[in-house]
Amino acid sequence: MILVVDMNSAENPFGFYEFVLPIVSIAEELEKCTVKHYLKVNEKILDSCDKIILSGSALKNTVTFSQTARFTWLKDCGKPVLGICAGMQTIGLVFGGRVEKCSEIGMTEITASKENILFSSTFKVYALHNYALVPSAEFEVLAESANCVHAMKHKHKDVYGVLFHPEVRNKEVVERFIGAFQLNRRI
Amino acid sequence: MKLGVLFSGGKDSTLALHKAAEKAEVVCLITLVSENKESFMFHTPNIDVTALQAEALCLPLVRKATAGKPEEELKDLDAAIAQAVKDFEIVGVVTGAVESVYQAARIQQICNRLGVWCVNPLWKRNQKALLEETVAEGYSTIISGVFAYPLDKEWLGKQIDEDMIKKLVALSEEYGLSPSGEGGEIETTVLDAPLFKKKIKVLDSEVEAQGNSGVFRIKQARLTEK
Repeated sequence: MILVVDMNSAENPFGFYEFVLPIVSIAEELEKCTVKHYLKVNEKILDSCDKIILSGSALKNTVTFSQTARFTWLKDCGKPVLGICAGMQTIGLVFGGRVEKCSEIGMTEITASKENILFSSTFKVYALHNYALVPSAEFEVLAESANCVHAMKHKHKDVYGVLFHPEVRNKEVVERFIGAFQLNRRI
Repeated sequence: MKLGVLFSGGKDSTLALHKAAEKAEVVCLITLVSENKESFMFHTPNIDVTALQAEALCLPLVRKATAGKPEEELKDLDAAIAQAVKDFEIVGVVTGAVESVYQAARIQQICNRLGVWCVNPLWKRNQKALLEETVAEGYSTIISGVFAYPLDKEWLGKQIDEDMIKKLVALSEEYGLSPSGEGGEIETTVLDAPLFKKKIKVLDSEVEAQGNSGVFRIKQARLTEK
């Protein structure tokens, strides 16, 4: 089962529709999903899933930047994780990275710099962010735009982050993440 | 959370308005009246009907004219949203965007610059499901513009009901059209919806069509009791 974590603040009651449901629509085609708000994630929920996707959030929503203590479970949950936009930024902060101002809104070209399970080559993605992540040395960069890092992977864990929104024009990225860690493929 | 709805009078912006009103306070509508019939940003057939729709919804309408030149029209949209922020203290703008990254990105950029939320409650929703939702919720929606093969004048002015949805889905399967007109294949006008206090009665209209392009122009309409 896939756990989709809703990263939206209560300040914007519509973030769920825009940033969570589109991911669920893609994921449910492949596997059963459950959605939990990030404030409601606990050990029992984490035990019940075998992979985790952290959603993105609205441009004005940076609430999780100051709540990294809520995400310490990312360090030792032992599950494959994909963070999208705010999800990637939050993963990066939990593992010692930092965010810096960098606005990209709309279709943006990115180039893969390292072979990986999610994508290859140069392609266009939908970007919607005011901050970029500068990942810590625990991560390797998988792709960059002209302005910032767009994808990363932890060097020793199955923890991925993409700054772009794959649910908009690159749903195969979400599908590949799910496919790569489906139980029947790992046996 | 006070919101303004970017409102064309079609099914998507009207449905987005209803979604927004479930969780926030919608305090105004914002309409851009484009002189450019080819505008990628703004719906044009029957845009003047938005005044009646606003009256039916008991909401003030922030209306701004635009020449509709690509990119320049965004300055007019920016000005209209800025006016709504000033006059109605909105903290966010609601759009009916479903698939168009062209529209969505540009509105996101304007909202970002003005420091307001951009709310897209229909984003990436299944288009057939959206059409079905409007019918199930009792919307009265007519096709007010057709702009793609094999659509023609026969479709203009027709009500979107269950049979019409079947026909639109069949066209999408055969010709690759977007069933809800996301690619600009059809435009719609909503004459009644759950939040309308009164419904719109069309008194006089005309069809202007040539081949696979045409509009159902409402020349005269008034509000009537529901």
